[in-house]
Amino acid sequence: MNGVLAFQLYDWHYFFAQLVAGLTLGSLYALIALGYTMVYGVLKLLNFAHGDVYMVGSYIGWFVFTGLGAPLAAKVPIVPLLILVFAAAMAGCGALGVVIERFAYRPLRRAPRIAPLISALGVSFFLEQTAVLLWGADPRSYDTYDLHNGELFNQITIGSFTIAYAQVLVIVSALFLMVALSLFVWRTRTGKAMRAVSYDPEAASMMGIDIDRVISITFLIGSALAGAAGVMWGVAYQNLNPYMGFGAGLKAFTAAVVGGIGNIGGAMLGGLLIGVAETLTTGYLSSAFQDLIVFSVLIVFMLVRPTGIRGTPILQKV
Amino acid sequence: MSAEAPTPGPPAGPQIGVDEWVRRSGERIGGPGGLLAPVVRVAGKTPQILLLAVFVAGAALIPFLTSNGYIIGVAADTMLYVLLAVGLNVAVGWAGLLDLGYIAFYGFAAYLYAALSAGHLPDGTVLLARWATWQTVPVVIAATVVLGFLLALPSRRLRGDYLAIVTLFFLEIFNNFTTNGSQWNWLGFSGTTHNVTGGASGLIQTDPWRVFGHHLNDARDYLWVALAGFTVIVLALAFVNRSRTGRAWRALRDDPLAAELMGMPVKWLSLLAIAVGAGIAGFAGAINGAYYQGVFPQTYSFQLLITVYAMVILGGAGSLGGVVFGAVVVNVMLEALTHPADARWVFYAGLILGLVAKIRPWRLLGALLAGLVAFGVVVNEIARAVWPRGVGGPLATGQNTFSQHGFLAGALHHWLLLPAHTYTDSNFRIGNYAFVLLVALVLALTATHGWRRWALLVPTIWGAAFVWENVLIEQNPTTRPLFLGVILIVLMATRPAGLFGTNRVEIV
Repeated sequence: MNGVLAFQLYDWHYFFAQLVAGLTLGSLYALIALGYTMVYGVLKLLNFAHGDVYMVGSYIGWFVFTGLGAPLAAKVPIVPLLILVFAAAMAGCGALGVVIERFAYRPLRRAPRIAPLISALGVSFFLEQTAVLLWGADPRSYDTYDLHNGELFNQITIGSFTIAYAQVLVIVSALFLMVALSLFVWRTRTGKAMRAVSYDPEAASMMGIDIDRVISITFLIGSALAGAAGVMWGVAYQNLNPYMGFGAGLKAFTAAVVGGIGNIGGAMLGGLLIGVAETLTTGYLSSAFQDLIVFSVLIVFMLVRPTGIRGTPILQKV
Repeated sequence: MSAEAPTPGPPAGPQIGVDEWVRRSGERIGGPGGLLAPVVRVAGKTPQILLLAVFVAGAALIPFLTSNGYIIGVAADTMLYVLLAVGLNVAVGWAGLLDLGYIAFYGFAAYLYAALSAGHLPDGTVLLARWATWQTVPVVIAATVVLGFLLALPSRRLRGDYLAIVTLFFLEIFNNFTTNGSQWNWLGFSGTTHNVTGGASGLIQTDPWRVFGHHLNDARDYLWVALAGFTVIVLALAFVNRSRTGRAWRALRDDPLAAELMGMPVKWLSLLAIAVGAGIAGFAGAINGAYYQGVFPQTYSFQLLITVYAMVILGGAGSLGGVVFGAVVVNVMLEALTHPADARWVFYAGLILGLVAKIRPWRLLGALLAGLVAFGVVVNEIARAVWPRGVGGPLATGQNTFSQHGFLAGALHHWLLLPAHTYTDSNFRIGNYAFVLLVALVLALTATHGWRRWALLVPTIWGAAFVWENVLIEQNPTTRPLFLGVILIVLMATRPAGLFGTNRVEIV
């Protein structure tokens, strides 16, 4: 252990900064992870394309954001501006998710399990390369530092604890979306149908639940959440490029697995854990080998406890 | 039906003592239709060993038939892909395991070969050692097999998609390590950094293979080495496929649960499939490290993984001949895409062949083709009158070179709109909108039936040609991976068994 590391370990200010950064990133991962876990819940499908939906959401948000003159000459005040950007990205991604499900996964509902997985890989690659084709491989930036003189990045300080408005925005809006989703899943009729399909699709369809509709709604909601996460990424971290979806998607998927796949509360918890783990790794150990460390830990975790923190052991029926 | 008197055969409807599902299983398997059917039938009747001999002899003779270094180079590359596809087929096609870390084995082998064969760091020092080829290659292959075992050993608990994600993590870890390996500091626990992989610039100046006193220096030599290895591997695999192990793998693929209940060592079989695949990737990696005289971290990417997957899926996962065919077709197609003049012919020939193969009866085909020509000409004439710039552009023929000449160019000028090069690049958005519209049209095509489908087909094909000429043909670094994605999606939706695979019987 070297000197710098030992010094940093006792610097609470530094630790809190890392923790807040981790919670911000974790909220993003949690939102993406929700899409994975919901789709896995109803379809038992690992939707590789979900990360790229998040990327598309970030781009849609960018087009609306810059289309409205932001960041330098915004035509609308900051709050409606952000609401518009979020709404556009969520609507666009929701539609994209429904289209993907309808055309790439629905025809494979009865195929061997490996078929939709490969199709998902293809969709992921297709979306990524389409983004390169349409928007170029060069990164773009939301430049939110220029929005209203960088108001978003003003710090709130409480003792040795500081947090930027942008981070508050991300964490609070992510929490809001998660609460809304929980209410939807646990309190509405459609949410109940979703849980039923997830529990046993055949029995659910015999009870008169329209499975296709439930699956479409699942994709709509999951993808809309990914779109929101894409905008949050742009607002808090600025840069977006066509390849950003792959890595983020991978980590979010693990978040879903860590929390127990198919379990909505678990996905939120897992997302926060992965985000904090990642920033602490970058902050204390090594930024170059951050992925190596995070993924190694995850491999070990998945081997030790494949059902996740909150998951229940899977019983296989014949 | 002939006028023969009906023979007193089995009465229609369910019979006592006959399982309807089993009796009709043959119908559900089915063979490929269209133009490929005779090819598959002939290939099925010819002895496999003869096909192998023809393929190997044909490939081996390429350097004698042409002195064109480029063609020989493409042949050598293609053989590397063939090896990779054959290896991946063991895990994916036979055992049904979605092994997404496969390319990491390939990269690991290439790096190990480079490290043991005087691979130089960018500053000119030799990284590790300089061994002879007869020592290096077996060590590389053995080490890759062991790595495959180690990775699969803990994963054996995991079901299908968990295995996929763990192996994909492994690929990410491998890429992260090789790309940043120039600043290895024991994950922050050591103050100094070491260069252990050459970082983003990789390892260079690796020794070539040295076989019986000859240095293997050019593509021709590596083509032959790859072919020799391929022959041995395919013979061994064909043997394994017919053995107890091969049957067990297929049982595992078709129904893991049933296989386990039959007392098959499911975990051991999965391990074996991944390790055997890794060994073949190891051999290909050892060639790769020598042939390109270096190893570079960008090579062993997710894109390469998708390429090899597309090859295996296109040919038909599970069929050795199909996989080889898929690898050759995909690589030659990707290579052709880098040359717009060739790519243009491939595109239109493929389009027409596809229509001829798929559309029956002939009258309908004729009507469709006539409709296509008429549609294009009419659109072209209208545009000529109201939007002259839309028909004025030249055809792209290469890196920033364009042409107005030739038979095809002449025909296209009266059929398509070519606005791309009458605008400056930064202003050209029509191509982007057209691409999105084309995707929408194709999706609509799959959702409609009857006459609407035929009516949609004409503008869709014309639109595809428009997007092709104005966007895709020039953007080939993006078009190539885009096609790979499309191959995976379309094949999964239309023909999951690939061109040469047999359809799986659905289990109810």
